[in-house]
Amino acid sequence: MKKVLTGNYAAAYAVKAAKPDVISAYPITPQTPIIEKLSEFVDSGELDARFVRVESEHSAMAAVIGASAVGARTYTATSSQGLFYMYEVCWWAAGARLPIVMGLVTRALGPPWSIWSEHTDFYAMRDSGWVMFFASSAQEVYDLTLQAYRVAENSDVLLPAMVGWDAFEVSHTFEPVDLLDENVVKDYLPPKGGRTNILDYEEPASLGNLAYPDDYIKIRHELYVASKNAHRAIRESGELFTKISNRDYSKPFECYRCEDAKFFYVLMGSIAGEAFEAVDYLRSKGVDIGLVRVRVYRPFPYKELAQVIGDAKGVVVVNRASRFGGFAPLTEDVYATLRDCGAEVRVFEVVAGVGGVDVIKEDFVGMFREFEKRKKGSIWWVR
Amino acid sequence: MSHKVFPKEEYILKGHAACPGCGATILLRYVLKALGKKTYMIIPASCSSVIAGPYPKSAFAVPLLHIAFAASASAASGMVEALEKLGKKDVNVLVWAGDGGTVDIGLQALSGAAERGHNIIYVCYDNEAYMNTGIQKSGSTPYKAWTTTTPLGNLGMKKDLPSIMVAHRVPYVATINPAYPNDIVAKLKKAASIRGGLKYIHAFSPCPPGWRFDSSLTVKVARLAVETGVFVLYEWEKGVFRLTGPSRRLLDKSKRKPVREYLELQGRFRHLTEADIEEIQRMVDEHWKEIKETLERQEREQKQF
Amino acid sequence: MSEIYAKPSVGAVGAGSWRFEKPVVDMEKCILCGLCWLYCPDGVIEIKENLVIIDYEYCKGCGVCAAECPVGAINMVRER
Repeated sequence: MKKVLTGNYAAAYAVKAAKPDVISAYPITPQTPIIEKLSEFVDSGELDARFVRVESEHSAMAAVIGASAVGARTYTATSSQGLFYMYEVCWWAAGARLPIVMGLVTRALGPPWSIWSEHTDFYAMRDSGWVMFFASSAQEVYDLTLQAYRVAENSDVLLPAMVGWDAFEVSHTFEPVDLLDENVVKDYLPPKGGRTNILDYEEPASLGNLAYPDDYIKIRHELYVASKNAHRAIRESGELFTKISNRDYSKPFECYRCEDAKFFYVLMGSIAGEAFEAVDYLRSKGVDIGLVRVRVYRPFPYKELAQVIGDAKGVVVVNRASRFGGFAPLTEDVYATLRDCGAEVRVFEVVAGVGGVDVIKEDFVGMFREFEKRKKGSIWWVR
Repeated sequence: MSHKVFPKEEYILKGHAACPGCGATILLRYVLKALGKKTYMIIPASCSSVIAGPYPKSAFAVPLLHIAFAASASAASGMVEALEKLGKKDVNVLVWAGDGGTVDIGLQALSGAAERGHNIIYVCYDNEAYMNTGIQKSGSTPYKAWTTTTPLGNLGMKKDLPSIMVAHRVPYVATINPAYPNDIVAKLKKAASIRGGLKYIHAFSPCPPGWRFDSSLTVKVARLAVETGVFVLYEWEKGVFRLTGPSRRLLDKSKRKPVREYLELQGRFRHLTEADIEEIQRMVDEHWKEIKETLERQEREQKQF
Repeated sequence: MSEIYAKPSVGAVGAGSWRFEKPVVDMEKCILCGLCWLYCPDGVIEIKENLVIIDYEYCKGCGVCAAECPVGAINMVRER
């Protein structure tokens, strides 16, 4: 069934289809339409879930942790300042191995105040153990939210999973979204109550005791193993989703004109829309360039990406994130991808689109021309 | 014959990591005896996080979720909603939090949970400072008490959390004390029987290393706190205030032991001058005047019917 | 269950090794009121068949039982 939805509403419809038991959230622009729509579903009875309207984001994540610990399927959503307020509890969720799903409408951080898109908040979660997807359309928000549930609840993974998407550009703009039939979603997702890591008074156990160093490192290492298992779970969930939806999720990124490319843009999010145009333009000028739009960010698909860009003559990595004192996150991941490949690959880092600045075709072309001039380095693209 | 009166089952197992003479563990023994096996427990960062024992052993024989400092009431909110949704309705969700995790960093979450009316039993075991981190002042530290961050004596006035919870109009607010296990069990059973809304219990938790007294005196200190009127045993239920246990007899000042007897047992009050002790005595007497006025007003209002 | 879960178990720590004095009950004086059992913070006191039995493996020697005994039947005896 097709419905014209914003990215935020698409998230709400995906969550409704997943039938969580407990939802908890605190309002923050531009996430609010998600929780408003979910409240409508709950109050109308369309979604049989408990909605805990907490008094802060920190409490929102704590509430879904409490719920997930006893076996509930859960959902929460937030943005920038809200994510950073709940940050310590997000790490708690991953450490406790609870398959919570979260929507993150990516938004710049203050000061100065900004409500527009930037991926800084998203990247801040990259070391936490959360599985991380990035959607660049309302359809992808819907699709990836469902895949997030399947991956998170996989018994070899049992990690929280998040889907990020751009503020306003995706969260508030409308497009036709194909919604899967309820029964198809039911079969796609694992059965509720199938998890084994549930607190129960019949077999009392304690989650999160003090651990001395030798035990602590072993427990954290388990998380590391789970994060690696997520590669397989993501691939398998993506392939199955491809079958049931006829949309291609067989790869952790989208490749555009990559087959014979010698140069690449690597980026994430809805700015890709304009980058496609830049690729076509440069191709018409004789540049063999392609584009990789990352869709699975953590665990990062180093091997798969190396197969695409490993032989490249140059990679322009466009980061839509503020990063100070070092390389921007996506640049680091591209460097890591290329570390085992041929020595001649040049990585050119661009920080662009911060604070919601529009990045248009001319900007992307300009970035490539800068790379041609400088051959290496790191710049902020400020018009 | 105390051992024949109370339920035998121990939910706190021998070999837990509390300090010798810990008041909190006496409290918790009876809280859990009252609530029984179908109790889900949530503990934020606090002494009990460590008392529960290091991995892989747990000293508490109930399902237990450890959670970040500020988050106990919100974790409980999510947990109780999940349990109800999943069809487990005849269970208790118990938050067992220290004073720091309740009156300071945990206050926001507690206030939210109380306002939303989740079916939670929240017990704050008040040892009147951040004891787990080494005796630093909290919002619950009493006037003039020594702590490592108030070496000259605390100038703050202890936050009155039970009154704050009464202002949230929760169905039940009560105080308990480890010297009176009957009172503990009666109040926790009453709290458990009120299905719906947050039940707030404030527990007096003497701490030998933090308050500077010999570990054998824990129960004596707890008893004196009540007998001098410093700690009042009461409950608020459906807008009605009621003194309980020995506190019922203490409206008459002559029946209250002088506050000095309570203070002089504790090293944290050793630096108090005569003037300080008189001031504290006046504060306690003032408090009891207010209690008397509350009870008299209640009686008048009831007579009007 | 994932490895992160701890299981309820007696003896999370070897508490008995903490103490420097231990409670000894004089059963001649004991009136079996049960107050020692009532107030023990560690639950190491058991009253079975009219005997007060203390589990010295986990008794921390806090002395609360001795202080609360109404007939002075418990003495704290130095061990080290």
